[in-house]
Amino acid sequence: MAQNGSNNVKLLGTWGSPFALRAQVALHLKSVEHEYTEEADVLKSKSDLLVKSNPIHKKVPVLIHGDVSICESLNIVQYVDEAWPSKPSILPSLPQDRAFARFWAHFVDGKCFESIDAVAGAKDDAARMALAGNLMECLTALEEAFQKSSKGGDFFGGENIGFVDIACGGIVGPLSVIEAFSGVKFLSPEATPGLVQWADKFRAHEAVKPYMPNVAEFIEFAKKKFNV
Amino acid sequence: MAEKEEVKLLGIWASPFSRRIEMALKLKGIPYDYVEESLENKSPLLLALNPIHKKVPVLVHNGKPILESHVVLEYIDETWKHNPILPQDPFDRSKIRFFAKLVDEQIMNVGFTSMAKAEQKEREVLAEQTRELISYLEKELVGKDFFGGKSVGFLDLVAGSMIPFCMERGWEGMGLEVIKDDKFPEYKRWVKNLEKVEIVKDCIPPREKHIEHMNYMVKRIRSS
Repeated sequence: MAQNGSNNVKLLGTWGSPFALRAQVALHLKSVEHEYTEEADVLKSKSDLLVKSNPIHKKVPVLIHGDVSICESLNIVQYVDEAWPSKPSILPSLPQDRAFARFWAHFVDGKCFESIDAVAGAKDDAARMALAGNLMECLTALEEAFQKSSKGGDFFGGENIGFVDIACGGIVGPLSVIEAFSGVKFLSPEATPGLVQWADKFRAHEAVKPYMPNVAEFIEFAKKKFNV
Repeated sequence: MAEKEEVKLLGIWASPFSRRIEMALKLKGIPYDYVEESLENKSPLLLALNPIHKKVPVLVHNGKPILESHVVLEYIDETWKHNPILPQDPFDRSKIRFFAKLVDEQIMNVGFTSMAKAEQKEREVLAEQTRELISYLEKELVGKDFFGGKSVGFLDLVAGSMIPFCMERGWEGMGLEVIKDDKFPEYKRWVKNLEKVEIVKDCIPPREKHIEHMNYMVKRIRSS
């Protein structure tokens, strides 16, 4: 049970942030009542609360629980799992399975997001094609991990959503935007059949649906943001 | 009754990431076989166990590989529960994880990787940025012998293997004084404390050889 003076839980996030989404899903899964505050223009003007609660990085999401703040989305998800230990568990129970989950969550944050950012920021089509190969490799690795850990269930966590699902869920939005702009299908029934079905199930999950913008909304947002 | 458990560690003598695992294994009194890998010539075993990253450390426990040093440290703590290296409280745990990431990502990038690529002039700017990052760790050490309190914990192993017993060798090789005595008294005190801990002392790479290695790493980074 969380040992904090006040029960007050607040989440600072921004619309469409894959990282804030992770925190929202975790809080929903644990039925934690919380107040969500939108940092409207986090790149240009950060709120006092954000700067105070995340002085080192000044980034969202930040979870404020009573008088402490927790930063970094995967950290927040683990904190939520540990501070509200009632079921459902987000991380699996066996050390070996937890290590598998943490490895793949870090893989998403490291190699996957790096290759997504690289493709998104590519100067021209030629550069994009070259970088697309890296992204495809990441998704192939994730597909393999999914087949191994889902054990026939809908999610990386098996029957239920778990840590890797939440970590990986963050790439669904950015991927759909890149696919729309580049015309390349990164998730496909031929190359990544498991992930294609997983993405649909994830989007539709009751702990995800309220917080995840749909593809059209993401594309609209990206168009405005990048002036396309 | 615990059966004989096979624990193997693939590491590199100069790698702070594998050194910290050795520290953890020694802290828990876990016997292990050590396999020395080479940066330039990775063994078929390493490539088979870690095909995605092809890096050390790899912990093999009863035939199953565990990868990534932070993941390995948590695995060790959860599997062998005596002499815990992480605190119990969820907030304290989240703080440790946060700072461990700060060390291995921002501090290492700014304080070594970027510095290696930069020219001498820019290095002083990066040194100043590194000092700012390390000052966050300095604050955490006030009133404590170690980040872990009275004894070494997760963050001591991560930050200790990385900063005083790795990056400082790199700075020496580059002729930079990053951590000035008068500005980081808590850090200095912490390093002295670390050097007195048997399991840490045993895992500090030999100094001169390490400086040479870090110089080699600088060249390698500059030519990549």
